[in-house]
Amino acid sequence: MRKMLIWLPLVLFLGFFGLFASGLLKPDDRLITSKMVGKPLPAFALPAASSDRPALTSADLATGTPRLLNIFASWCVPCAAEAPQLMALRQAGVEIDAIAIRDARADVDRFLARYGNPYARIGLDARSAVQIALGSSGVPETFVIDGKGRIAYQHIGDIRADDVPIILDRLKSAQ
Amino acid sequence: MRVLLALLLLLASAPVPAQTALPPAPYADRQIDDPALEKKARALMETIRCLTCQSQSIADSNASMAADMRSEIRQRVMAGEQPEHIRAWLIERYGDWVSYEPTANPIVWPLWGAPIVLLVLGLLLLRGRIRKGKRS
Repeated sequence: MRKMLIWLPLVLFLGFFGLFASGLLKPDDRLITSKMVGKPLPAFALPAASSDRPALTSADLATGTPRLLNIFASWCVPCAAEAPQLMALRQAGVEIDAIAIRDARADVDRFLARYGNPYARIGLDARSAVQIALGSSGVPETFVIDGKGRIAYQHIGDIRADDVPIILDRLKSAQ
Repeated sequence: MRVLLALLLLLASAPVPAQTALPPAPYADRQIDDPALEKKARALMETIRCLTCQSQSIADSNASMAADMRSEIRQRVMAGEQPEHIRAWLIERYGDWVSYEPTANPIVWPLWGAPIVLLVLGLLLLRGRIRKGKRS
């Protein structure tokens, strides 16, 4: 037993070495998921962010059928990149509402004229207050809201073409 | 001469606008008039992690989201909310990750317990040594 003990420091060293090496080699995960998933949407009432879409309140999102809540901004480049995918979702019959973060009406209008407007309602969150209340950490992000106004799923980052079926699937299971 | 000119031009260049043209939130970079409240808010802001620049606190970060969070915290403190309540509210949204203050969450119990375990181990070792010394 005593003789075996002499190997303990080496074993400990190798253990720590393995731990640190795996930590260093593991790809960096910087996504911060919202802990609000599974919980009811926080109550909010935002003014309209664009000239031709109505304002958005949390009550508008509990309509009985699941819908998408897209967090975007006119100054955000990946938001422009996900625009075609949002259009495709809209064409598939998905209701999409949006919150524009730290934005101005003229900029949102210009953005929508250029990249298309798949949204039913757009709220303006000039101070990111609703974004923080949602536990969202950046733009773009997309939440699936079930019929009762509960957050069912969070997609972080721009929606790529291969994310569309996943989101449609989540919308279906939120029913 | 050309280098000097380039440097001068650099000085004259317009700063690149931040992510948005919107002016910062009212209390993002403005202190609360009451120094006691500002101190409370400041202490909290220094222990809340910035979501954009993940190794900085929101007090240190220039990210627009950190500015919005500072303003939100200052306004809540001014409205009489306790800093620990605001911290709990943020943790509810972003997880323990968002706070630099260690919590009493069961997952960190080994971390709190490690010093005691090591101390006990050391004392046992010491006792063994002393006994051995007495015998010889």
